[in-house]
Amino acid sequence: MNPAWTVISAFAGALLVLLLPARSAMLARVIALAASVVGAVAAVACCLHKLSHPDSPKWEFDAEWIPQLGSRFHLAADGLGLALLLLTGVVAVAGVLFSWNVERRPRAFFAWYMTIIGGVYGVFMSRDALLMFVFYEVVILPKYMLISIWGSTNKEYGAMKLTMYSIAASALILIGLVVAYAAAGGTSFDLEHLASANYSAGLQYWAFPILFLGFAVLAGIWPFHTWAPTGHVAAPTAASMLLAGVVMKLGAYGALFVAMPIFEQGFQEWRLAIALLAVAGIIYGALTALAQKDLKFVIGYSSVSHMGFILLGLAAANMWGLRGAVLQMISHGIVAGLLFGIAGRVVYERTHTRDLGALQKFDLWRSLPGAAFAFTLATAASMGLPGFSGFVAEISVVIGVWQASPWLLLGVAAGIFVTGAFSLRAMQRAFFPVRNPDAGDPPKLDPLTWPEISAIALLLLVSVAIGVYPPPWMELIDNGLHSTMFDTIRTLP
Amino acid sequence: MFSENPTVLWLVPMLPLLAGAVIAFMPNRMGKPASWLALGALGVSCVIALLALLAALHPGGHGEVFRSVTQSTWFHFGSVEMKWGLVLDPLSAGMGAMVTFVAFWIFLYSTGYMAEEARFGRFFGFLSLFSGAMLMVVYANSLLLLFMAWELVGLASYLLIGFYYSKPSAAAASQKAFITTRVGDMAFFLGMIWLYGKTGTLSFYDGGNGLLESGALTTLAGATTIGGFTVSAMASLLLLVGAMGKSGQVPLHTWLPDAMEGPTPVSALIHAATMVAAGVFLVARTHPIFMQSGLQGLPLTATAWIGGITALYAACVALGQNDIKRILAYSTVSQLGFMMVALGTGGVPAAMFHLIAHAFFKALLFLSAGSVIHGCHDEQDIRKMGGLRKAMPKTFVTYAVGMMALAGFPFVFSGFWSKEAVLHSAMGWPGGYGPFALAVCAALLTAFYMTRQALLVFFGKPREPGVHHPHESPPVILVPLYVLAAGAVLLSLVGTPVWPWFEEWLLGAHAHFDGGALFKPHALVLVGISLTIVTVGVTASWLVYRYPSGDSRAPDPIERKFGGLWAFLGTGMGFDAFYEKHIISNVARLGRAVDTAERMFFVPLMALAEGVIKLCGRWTGTVDEQSLNRGFNTICAEMKNRAGTASASQSGRPQAYLRAIGLGTAVLLVMYFLISAR
Repeated sequence: MNPAWTVISAFAGALLVLLLPARSAMLARVIALAASVVGAVAAVACCLHKLSHPDSPKWEFDAEWIPQLGSRFHLAADGLGLALLLLTGVVAVAGVLFSWNVERRPRAFFAWYMTIIGGVYGVFMSRDALLMFVFYEVVILPKYMLISIWGSTNKEYGAMKLTMYSIAASALILIGLVVAYAAAGGTSFDLEHLASANYSAGLQYWAFPILFLGFAVLAGIWPFHTWAPTGHVAAPTAASMLLAGVVMKLGAYGALFVAMPIFEQGFQEWRLAIALLAVAGIIYGALTALAQKDLKFVIGYSSVSHMGFILLGLAAANMWGLRGAVLQMISHGIVAGLLFGIAGRVVYERTHTRDLGALQKFDLWRSLPGAAFAFTLATAASMGLPGFSGFVAEISVVIGVWQASPWLLLGVAAGIFVTGAFSLRAMQRAFFPVRNPDAGDPPKLDPLTWPEISAIALLLLVSVAIGVYPPPWMELIDNGLHSTMFDTIRTLP
Repeated sequence: MFSENPTVLWLVPMLPLLAGAVIAFMPNRMGKPASWLALGALGVSCVIALLALLAALHPGGHGEVFRSVTQSTWFHFGSVEMKWGLVLDPLSAGMGAMVTFVAFWIFLYSTGYMAEEARFGRFFGFLSLFSGAMLMVVYANSLLLLFMAWELVGLASYLLIGFYYSKPSAAAASQKAFITTRVGDMAFFLGMIWLYGKTGTLSFYDGGNGLLESGALTTLAGATTIGGFTVSAMASLLLLVGAMGKSGQVPLHTWLPDAMEGPTPVSALIHAATMVAAGVFLVARTHPIFMQSGLQGLPLTATAWIGGITALYAACVALGQNDIKRILAYSTVSQLGFMMVALGTGGVPAAMFHLIAHAFFKALLFLSAGSVIHGCHDEQDIRKMGGLRKAMPKTFVTYAVGMMALAGFPFVFSGFWSKEAVLHSAMGWPGGYGPFALAVCAALLTAFYMTRQALLVFFGKPREPGVHHPHESPPVILVPLYVLAAGAVLLSLVGTPVWPWFEEWLLGAHAHFDGGALFKPHALVLVGISLTIVTVGVTASWLVYRYPSGDSRAPDPIERKFGGLWAFLGTGMGFDAFYEKHIISNVARLGRAVDTAERMFFVPLMALAEGVIKLCGRWTGTVDEQSLNRGFNTICAEMKNRAGTASASQSGRPQAYLRAIGLGTAVLLVMYFLISAR
């Protein structure tokens, strides 16, 4: 198996679903599931192969594309990329399972869905800046469609806001890339070429923030985060999962893989600012989550807080920080997917409310014990309790930050503390309500379906696997971080 | 099996953890099998832990402490190596044996006590999870592993306090416990990262490279930081804050009395015997780091004073409580303070001895209180009880043993000797007599409030009609009481000055029987002080409470004299109100403020952006319409006009076309001739 199967299966799945005759909803689902499973299996197989043959060369595909611009169709996957492909694959499978009973125009739904997945896979594998940008753009339109057609709660506003932010961010990225391309001689868009070119300090100082911010907006950097909660809430469950789970990671990945290696000196100049914004985001997101009344908004703002850890790890720019940042990308992808899946799909479909007050009367612990159990574990994972992926990621970031600038940790500790408070508050209000003894039995709700149970189990399993035994994941990530592109960054003071 | 690479030790924490995991997936109706599974797993753990204790009884060579480590590399990258493993030394062996043993009997007790509960199986799942995590804390050979287990212990405690989640007070108490201890956890976390950053290891013992071995300790003591403090001192203080959270030391103690909302076996196991002692254990484990600043250094001084203040504070507050479990809860806080005093004054063995003795007699007291509550149909107010001595004679006996051990009745009760060891340690502290004085006062009050409780519950006449028909509990509840009562007495044999076996063992020395030790002046003075304390406390209490009023609503004798003071004590000296007013409400307010800012700032910002874009659109539209478009329109209109004129010729009448053709042909011919004639 080679990693190309991920992209191929996703786009092929999208195309196949489109070609189906109308009213073949079941077939559309099955094809989407099969396509995402193929992608996930390919990613798993490649990860396992990489782990058992750590010295094998990384997989590459390099073909002529637009020779006039010096842009090539260059895909490659080292350990880090493979780990992110795996994350995408897992979230994709879980997303299809959580969308099993989408009634409205299922063919179109799954076609857009698989297109996003394909684009995400493509970004994680591109080694050519222009190609990466194209894949990146492929993700934006389907996002808009998914939210504005299948969404809820103020969906047109949420979809528009998200798309506008994305497009503005893309514009920044494009400007940044073109600047780098031109300054590096205008001969090649190859990322390694751009990263190894010499840029003047002045150029780096103003070009880095443009490129970085373009990516960081998509990663939900404070104060450019507001698209995220509204977008997440408006989106249908599967789209929320993809958005929080993988699309936000594209931003973080771009920041790490494009912005930082290209303008290393510029990064060095702006590092402290990034770190401060990240800490502000960690605290701000957690505090805002504490005041929310809608369960999905709580999760949305918790994402802002958790994404802060990724940016903070990047700003720390040492081995632990970078490793922690990537681990947090994976961990948050899984855990946010799980939280959105339960809140948006399992609970909302049955209760038709996400209001923490209104959920009280359903007494979910008794009427939907499976969901309450899963949400409790997901909350523990989200709080970064040991045994779950979040702990491994957070402690790695914290060690990295300790080595770089320890005083930032005071803010981080405050953020972790408030995270505990808002997580417990939301969980108790939604699932373990204080019950009036005279209220009688809670309303009967349908038990969990098999697709839901499998999706929950899949995501929990991955989170626990990382939390209990992180070494293989770290090995994969380190494999990527040891590439020559990061040589300068890793040696920053 | 245990002396080298004791891999089998992993079973001790893993068995209950696995049992907990299995039970999590068992349906609710399988409550009974779940409880057997939990009990069986813990029983096996207990046997292994006791065998390990036996193995650890042999002192290591060269007069050193027995210590055996099993560990493996967790992950390994370049120069970075994280190991995890377990350590078996007297500290962990003693604590581990105590935890498994006490927990086993509390599990057994719970099968009877919780029998009516619908979520019976779930309860045992949580208990198993807790025990496994707690044992991991005890045996961990790495600060990281200890911290991970520590957090899991907190989670289990949260789940168990909130077991009756639909009760508002229980739901609130569980959150309060988790969040308050998390304040301490964050400090612990930072301290741990700091230690790792300085030494590059988190293993305690690692063949000379461990955190608690001389190399790393020297590094820590040598490095200075902000304000000229050494890193070892600062990290110790952070670890101490972590310990204060878990062990309910002032000012992070407020969660512990509220935690009594959990089922009584939970109070006995977690909030009396084991988890709350984890903080004390942490300080004992990392004591070498504390010691780097010296016996009078900041970390140990802080420990001693915080312990002393907590001991006295909680003893005072316990006096003003009427809920049988809250009295015991405050007494737990107070006793944990005693242990901290011992640690702060350098007496690790004394602290551990008191910890283990306390675990036995406090678990015994809680379980007896549970039996009382059970017998009185879920009544917890001691003013409404009275005279239970006759109705529940067996419970009375076990309760009396626990009460006398806690109050420090002389000679045959473990509490007497363990408290004496603590006082001994405090008295010899070169840093002053402050903590010693606080501890003595606290011990006096302990005797006082425990006598009050015993008199009100078991003596006199029943005061409330609802509690008229108390009944004795079944054997499944009584047997654990007997076992723990025996433990509370027998433990006194190993820690007397005559044969201080336990202390010597912890320090790695052979204990000698020395009959004369008791009669040395130092020991005699202390025994005298201890005897005075218990006599004065008990007598004073008896004088005040010997004739309890027959009316349950009558004010307490102290309340009658000092009403204001009584109310002040009843509310725990206002800590909760203070936190509620100044901290919790402010965090909530901050959350709301940030949320409002989010709405007030970003939503208008988006609206503004939208407005600006629309305005631009309108403007460009107008420009388009007025200038560019006008030109285009004019051209178009002109073309249309011309075309209209031109199209008139396209009339569709053949005659007109023929005429035009004829005319054209004539013109062409004329032109042809004109040109060719030239």
